[in-house]
Amino acid sequence: MSVLVYTESENGTFKKTAFEVASYAKGIAEMMGTSVTAISINAKDTDSLGTYGVDKVLNVSNEQLNSFNASAFAKAISQAAKAEDAKVVVLSQSADAKYLAGLLSVQLEAGYASNVVALPESTAPFKVKRTAFTNKAFSHTEINTDVKIVGLGKNAYGLKETSGAAAAASFEPSLSDGDYGVQVQSVDRATDKVSIADAEIVVSAGRGLKGPENWDMIEEMAEILGAATACSKPVSDLGWRSHGEHVGQTGKPVASNLYIAIGISGAIQHLAGVNSCKVKVVINNDPEAPFFKAADYGIVGDAFEVVPELNEKLRAFKAANS
Amino acid sequence: MKILVCISHVPDTTSKINFTDNDTKFDTNGVQFVINPNDEFGLTRAMWFKEKQGASVDVVNVGGAETEPTLRKALAIGADSAIRVNTEAKDGFQVAKELAAVVQNGSYDLVIAGRESIDYNGGMVPGMLAGLTGANFVNTCISLDVDGTNATATREIDGGKETVKTSLPLVIGGQKGLVEESDLRIPNMRGIMMARKKPLNVVEPTGAETETNIVSFEKPAPKGAVKLVDNVDDLINLLHNEAKAI
Repeated sequence: MSVLVYTESENGTFKKTAFEVASYAKGIAEMMGTSVTAISINAKDTDSLGTYGVDKVLNVSNEQLNSFNASAFAKAISQAAKAEDAKVVVLSQSADAKYLAGLLSVQLEAGYASNVVALPESTAPFKVKRTAFTNKAFSHTEINTDVKIVGLGKNAYGLKETSGAAAAASFEPSLSDGDYGVQVQSVDRATDKVSIADAEIVVSAGRGLKGPENWDMIEEMAEILGAATACSKPVSDLGWRSHGEHVGQTGKPVASNLYIAIGISGAIQHLAGVNSCKVKVVINNDPEAPFFKAADYGIVGDAFEVVPELNEKLRAFKAANS
Repeated sequence: MKILVCISHVPDTTSKINFTDNDTKFDTNGVQFVINPNDEFGLTRAMWFKEKQGASVDVVNVGGAETEPTLRKALAIGADSAIRVNTEAKDGFQVAKELAAVVQNGSYDLVIAGRESIDYNGGMVPGMLAGLTGANFVNTCISLDVDGTNATATREIDGGKETVKTSLPLVIGGQKGLVEESDLRIPNMRGIMMARKKPLNVVEPTGAETETNIVSFEKPAPKGAVKLVDNVDDLINLLHNEAKAI
């Protein structure tokens, strides 16, 4: 018996969420009195997983898996789960992990709980707390199958370092042509920018900015803070910013440490999407804006005056504190 | 091309979420139900296929009779016929299994589901449905073109997008981008009248088992009052020393 965790990498380097899901898997393994096995696909430096509680790493090295392929990756993970007699499989909630989760669930005949926010409340029955109604509520959900799949929400658990070492073993999944029914043709990813999914800080702006030409100061703040940029639904509907930046119930959920909302009034759908952010700051000239009720810190003021001054002082702060 | 669009019957995005029966049931009192937004983008793209390339479009929901107005709305938007699997939707796996039976009975070429429903946010039904029926699968799909049995799709990835080639039969988990918000259709009177005459077939469930169950719900703890500051120096100070966020 063991807990299996899928530790995701990009171009051979582990994502930060890989260490978070590894830490979480260790937490579950301790509750169940068992060990943690990780499966990593074409990743380098798998020793680093030992720091986060992984006892054993199954390394898959396969050129055909250089591009993400949900069907083949799900098969590799399910074969690893069977080989390790894993009773719990832990995934992140990245776009790729969410993509393969349903396929994996069918292959393992394993019940799946997504968007889980904490260690299980109990392991027999296996009961987890997860978000529902787009962060407007939580549900306490039991998984009743022999094997369980848990999708851990980003930033829900954090990193927990230990002093262990991970033993490495190579693993060759048995894949066939039928697993490559979906072929990647091209990837269009801004490599010089932090993605909303990976960002510690997200700077987001709304219709209060009056037009797309005024986004320079938002981009500037994001650059100073190493943050991702995001926007409200009306802004993406108007075409001022791309859909990929739309945050809210029908857009992307955000679970960053810090969320700075500028000129966003705070419609219920938007607030639902940012509920999991740890600290929320609102800058708005309307003191009645509903977002102030959901925020931790606020400045009532004109974005066109506050933001340039804030950028200047943040730059000075960063220079003094780095 | 035979298209099936899976429709979830969900509370409107503006709904206040409350629970009853000792926090074990969602309180539907005063809640307006709608087509799940992610499904509506897919349904609208299906209409495009029907009108531009020739396709039949059926819609399906797993649920009780109370979900029929939502299926009628999909018919009013332009779907040809509707299927309701007559059982309460209990978890993602049970729904996927019931849908798989409908897909196999109807020999659909393309199945369009939303990437997730905005009520339980499981995000698992499209992938499970693909796994159960052996179809190709593209999730978080933001564009889809079909030429014969070949399909080209774009999917949203973290920090960008990816273009993939695949073939029918295909299941997609759709979302905004498949069509734009401004392409969504509000049913007109003619559509609503025609929808009344279109078939809405009630089929009995296969009796699929669940894998998970919800024990109870909980609302987030009430938030403390916002700290308002009147200058940026105080804000930076609080974010650094109190919130430890920068």
